[in-house]
Amino acid sequence: MSTKVEAPPLRKYPVIPVLDIGAMSASKPYVASDKIQEAIGFPGELAPDWEAKAIAKMAELLGRYRSLKVYLDACVHCGACSDKCHYFIGTGDPKNMPVARQDLMRAVYRRHFTLAGRIAPKLVGARDFTPELLQDWYSYYHQCSECRRCSVFCPYGIDTAEITMAAREIMDAIGLGQKYSNEIIGKVHRIGNNLGLPGPALEDTLLGLEEDVKEDTGVDVRYPLDAKGAEVLLVTPSADFFAEPHVESLIGYGKVFHAAGVSWTLSSHASEAGNFGMFIGNYEQLRKIALRVREAALELGVKRIVVGECGHAWRVAYSFWNTLVGIGAGGDDPFAVELQNQLDHRYRQPTHICEFTWDLIERGALRLDPSANDHRIVTFHDSCNVARASRMGDFPGGQFEIPRAIIRAVANRFVEMAPETIREKTFCCGGGGGLLTDELLELRVKGALPRMEALQEIAERDGVNFMATICAICKAQFSKVLPYYGFKMSMVGGVHQLVSTAIRLGSND
Amino acid sequence: MTAAWAYALAFYAAAAILVGGLAWRIADYWRTPAPLKIPTTPAPTTRGGVALRLAREVLLFESLFRSNLWIWLFGWLFHVGLALVLARHLRYFTEPVWGWVVFIQPFGILGGFLMAAGLAGLLARRLAVERIRYISTPSDILMLVLLLVITISGLVMKYVSPTDVVAVKVFFLGLLRFELHPLPAELHLRVHLALVAALMIVFPFSKLLHAPGIFFSPTRNQADDPRERRHLAPWAARLDREG
Repeated sequence: MSTKVEAPPLRKYPVIPVLDIGAMSASKPYVASDKIQEAIGFPGELAPDWEAKAIAKMAELLGRYRSLKVYLDACVHCGACSDKCHYFIGTGDPKNMPVARQDLMRAVYRRHFTLAGRIAPKLVGARDFTPELLQDWYSYYHQCSECRRCSVFCPYGIDTAEITMAAREIMDAIGLGQKYSNEIIGKVHRIGNNLGLPGPALEDTLLGLEEDVKEDTGVDVRYPLDAKGAEVLLVTPSADFFAEPHVESLIGYGKVFHAAGVSWTLSSHASEAGNFGMFIGNYEQLRKIALRVREAALELGVKRIVVGECGHAWRVAYSFWNTLVGIGAGGDDPFAVELQNQLDHRYRQPTHICEFTWDLIERGALRLDPSANDHRIVTFHDSCNVARASRMGDFPGGQFEIPRAIIRAVANRFVEMAPETIREKTFCCGGGGGLLTDELLELRVKGALPRMEALQEIAERDGVNFMATICAICKAQFSKVLPYYGFKMSMVGGVHQLVSTAIRLGSND
Repeated sequence: MTAAWAYALAFYAAAAILVGGLAWRIADYWRTPAPLKIPTTPAPTTRGGVALRLAREVLLFESLFRSNLWIWLFGWLFHVGLALVLARHLRYFTEPVWGWVVFIQPFGILGGFLMAAGLAGLLARRLAVERIRYISTPSDILMLVLLLVITISGLVMKYVSPTDVVAVKVFFLGLLRFELHPLPAELHLRVHLALVAALMIVFPFSKLLHAPGIFFSPTRNQADDPRERRHLAPWAARLDREG
């Protein structure tokens, strides 16, 4: 963005914005180069016959995904979703209303796949797939963070994320890919993680962490890499290895494993929990990235797989890994059984690091001093993919209760944000779904508005100065946008950052 | 008798298109795989829990209730009214009329008013609320108008200008036995019936597919058990075998 990005004013009352047509039509992420595209098997550039190719791809996806087919048919334009998207609230652009975003694809679907749209396109809002409409697709399907808030409120459960994923998949198939996501996917295949950190760099970082923790606590906490025969394989977002505040949580995981006396390891082959294959809606990429975790687990001979703090990664791990690569239970085909026989099914597979830590706390296996966090007044931001697309523990809603239970065990002062902004109604941070890139900064700042309003309310009323979250993207996004709203960037951090502060290691105290 | 012939043919065609079209759409939904587990969580962990969730959605419009009370109120009133009205109309197709259908007759009339109120509310919102006007297509408005005219013409027959309902019943019972009987000639009856036939015909080709659609919505009909059960679509299973 050439112009300076400014945060929209916080609203005293959350009124629905007046429509501001075209407000965000210029917001577009950088287009992937032919090199980036071809490296992951997509055409390098937009072909002359892109329209026919797009329709053919749409036909293929309609045969592959029941969600897409049903959701394109079922919408009645009731408007229930129309005021639920954080990007609409922050920008006022009507095409950021979930239904209007879906309609960009529904128009083409109706024109090419329904009788009414073929006979009387104007009557039913059907449109030819023109270059102008394609530009709208590229713009507005990259203004959806696939956070699923709209799907909570839709009477038919229509999930705009499914439509966005299909749209991005179609655009990739005709050679119009997004640079940020597709470049990262290439890096995972080449190097093993989104940040492109090679094995030796990881090893260095982890040794550095060991020294830091030793200096801090006097205890030899290990951060092992590629340790064969370890009990636990920890798969965590690569941002945890070096970004602030992410690394504080990685330090915390290590302390928890140390205190529990459980042998664990990271893997240089699977040094990434994130899976941007989901963001671009491509099943093959999703699976190929997840295969690295399967391969690492088989190679290292681990009994358990634990996933670090990352929202979409936990969705992929919890909801999709069993399907994609057999990490889970209940498989009876040879592919699934190969790994499932190795895993220890007394434990949930995969396990979220919060489930792991909470089990220990419940058993009294960790020594915690919550007063160590007394300088913090903590709130918890539910990350969208954890809240609306996964679970923790044995009961629905465990994904809300377990992180909060951990926070209450490690900190004395905890305050909730407004009820309509937490749990399954949580607002996205504004940077999820493959939008965490600098050229989309204006969108990211504006999309954070509803979360910032809720935070402002308790910061003023209760003096909250720390927003804990369990997502690498949330952490990075908030670090960037908090200052636009007058908050300190250090206000955001991980749940295991709090655990790390409170946990007492060693036998003498 | 020309008009009776035309209406008889129209209703046979409409019934065939409604049933055949819906069967075709439902078969299509059924056959299309849902390769990934995508229930909107928190979600029930068992099939029984899923049945309850769907029942709450279908009978109470639970998600809509949490979303927007006005849309919920108008939408729910309309659908409840429609259910009562449809039940009341069973008397035109059964002889003798079933006991429960006799019992609900007065509620069917109430249903007509609920439909009119709900539809009027929905139409007013569609025209008056800026966001909803923005997302409305001409067909959205026409659909409400169509339903509203059907409802009002029905109420007119009851309260303003009664038609010979016995003759209407003879006509429809006749259709069930492939016999043709005369159809009363009042304009409002003719309009009422023609628009009902039109509604039946557009049903499988329009947004009215939300009715079967909700039962096939993966975010609502899947159990939250991905760690316990391996969920695999046939086309995805092929990827495993190919390695």
